[in-house]
Amino acid sequence: MSRVLVGVKRVIDYAVKIRVKPDHSGVVTDGVKHSMNPFCEIAVEEAVKLKEKKLIKEVVAVSCGPTQVTETIRTALAMGCDRGIHVEVSGKDYEAMGPLQISKIFAALAKKEEASLIILGKQAIDDDCNQTGQMTAALLDWPQGTFASEVTIDGEKVKVVREIDGGLETIKISMPAVLTADLRLNTPRYATLPNIMKAKKKKIANMKPADLGVDMVSRVEVLRVDEPPTRLAGVKVETVDDLVAKLRANGTI
Amino acid sequence: MAQRLNSVVTRHFSKLTSLSSTRKLTENVSSKPKTASGSEITSDHLLYTPEHFALKESLKKIIDQDINPYVDQWEAEGIFPAHKVFKLLGNAGFLGVNKPVEYGGLGLDFSYSIAMSEELGNIRCGGIPMAIGVQTDMATPALARFGSTELKKEFLLPSIMGDKVACLGVSEVGAGSDVATIKTNAVREGDEYVVNGGKMWTTNGTQADWMCLLANTSDGPSHKNKSLICLPMNSPGVHIARKIDKMGMRSSDTAEVFFVDVRVPCKNLIGQEGMGFTYQMLQFQEERLWACGNILTMMDNIIQETIQYTRQRKIFKMPVLYHQSVHFRLAELETEIELLRSLLHRSTALYIKGNDVTKLASMAKLKAGRLSREVGDSCLQYWGGMGFTSDVLVSRFYRDARLLSIGGGADEVMLSIICKYMDTLPKPPPKK
Repeated sequence: MSRVLVGVKRVIDYAVKIRVKPDHSGVVTDGVKHSMNPFCEIAVEEAVKLKEKKLIKEVVAVSCGPTQVTETIRTALAMGCDRGIHVEVSGKDYEAMGPLQISKIFAALAKKEEASLIILGKQAIDDDCNQTGQMTAALLDWPQGTFASEVTIDGEKVKVVREIDGGLETIKISMPAVLTADLRLNTPRYATLPNIMKAKKKKIANMKPADLGVDMVSRVEVLRVDEPPTRLAGVKVETVDDLVAKLRANGTI
Repeated sequence: MAQRLNSVVTRHFSKLTSLSSTRKLTENVSSKPKTASGSEITSDHLLYTPEHFALKESLKKIIDQDINPYVDQWEAEGIFPAHKVFKLLGNAGFLGVNKPVEYGGLGLDFSYSIAMSEELGNIRCGGIPMAIGVQTDMATPALARFGSTELKKEFLLPSIMGDKVACLGVSEVGAGSDVATIKTNAVREGDEYVVNGGKMWTTNGTQADWMCLLANTSDGPSHKNKSLICLPMNSPGVHIARKIDKMGMRSSDTAEVFFVDVRVPCKNLIGQEGMGFTYQMLQFQEERLWACGNILTMMDNIIQETIQYTRQRKIFKMPVLYHQSVHFRLAELETEIELLRSLLHRSTALYIKGNDVTKLASMAKLKAGRLSREVGDSCLQYWGGMGFTSDVLVSRFYRDARLLSIGGGADEVMLSIICKYMDTLPKPPPKK
């Protein structure tokens, strides 16, 4: 039967107020609360549900980054994944890491682990790239079902209902495939305390990108990070005519 | 003259309410406090392991999804659905953190209970954490330690699962801090106890399935004549006289209960007869540390919300926060909160290694009660008129936290305990 790889990314917690570093090289991450990317949580939940339905045999949680990402893998284990893989990336490589490097890692792991499905979140809330799933599928030459709001396994095929601009699109793709989870796919469970304690015993394998034959060199360089401009106060007008006049005056109409 | 003043005041207040109803909408937008620093040191923590933090994260999700959205409603109704909430927590394993595995607990040490108490401080009221604390750390510890197997199966297991709601019957109308003078008695008749008397300040009392009752079971010295009994609340003769209308902790139902010839099988005795007082005292350290953990997070949240509010509220052309008296005072309060947190973690670390931390736990409880009153009072002042409304958390905190210096061991009792350890209490004159 099948094995599923689920990608989980450690990101700054959604509730934290983001601050840009004084040197504008990035955002402040030291001492800031991090948690699992919400779309990754949805991906984990979907994988665990498939396992509970006995449609797949094993769920492997994967994360790339420094030692701290093992916390995120542990959360995935506490939600029901069977084992984890920590691909160690730190320092400059970690700062420059982006969807291309991750998808290369996932493609290599998918082959190594003989996975039939890769489930990822549609995007991460820190960079909003929405590229990793698509790139991974391309590197593997696998079909992709992105923005999934419903997933049904039907023998060797997967039926995916996708959220697109015009509404919903239903496609059927063959496995092995890459899926990316959208918001309405499911509601992730919270890890119960007994499962949190059980997760301690589950294994997390450790490896480096080089072990997978992946080159981490990035062709993208971040030049500068700035905060969005402060929202200016609005101007109140008395009548519709005033409004039209003002809009005309500042060239909007 | 008084009438004119009255009408001026009423007009002013109605203006305030109309202002606050429009402000409420904007307040609600930012009412989910974004952690300003978002800092939580997870590595190198003195007491907590990654599992403790995982516990907190899971609990936070339950609080955010299943508890906080309903708090305002439950506060207004004066009661929260204990069976529903406890079942939710029970399913996730949170009601038996340090209870035996054989009865559905997790058998973890008390540091996990403290981690849980801290996280429960994220509930936007004091009543519900208090009710949970009664279930997990006040009504059940003695049963878990000293109860018979049969008794544990009947009362402890369902309480850990969240199927039965527990309450604690210790304080009475005539006896609070002086527990030794309680009057409720349980007289043995054959293989039953007949209970007469009453209990006061019973948290969860109107919803509880059973009560951990402290009653006099014999004559003799007041420290040695009391026993703990598991009393089913649906027993004939148990009268819930009233749900007490309180200034704060309004979502927690507090009952005054009477017992008229209530019959309880003798097998419902926890442990040994006459040991009730001792059993109850044994868990005081845990109760006090638990209360401290709870209020620390609440105080953190109040400070953060006050910073947010005063940053955007302008007075004399600049944010209230920018006035030195304000940010300096908040810094003072934050300092004291960290000091109390250090005391809590230090005491807990010693306790889980088997040390007696009565003195430190009493100090922590004493400081928790007093500091929370200072935090509530100072912060409320900085919220100005808004702080006086029911639309904001700070006014609820002000009301809820006031109980801490009274319940669970009044400040004066804590002081006496500390003095006992300092050997400064007056001694009786030497006998000739």
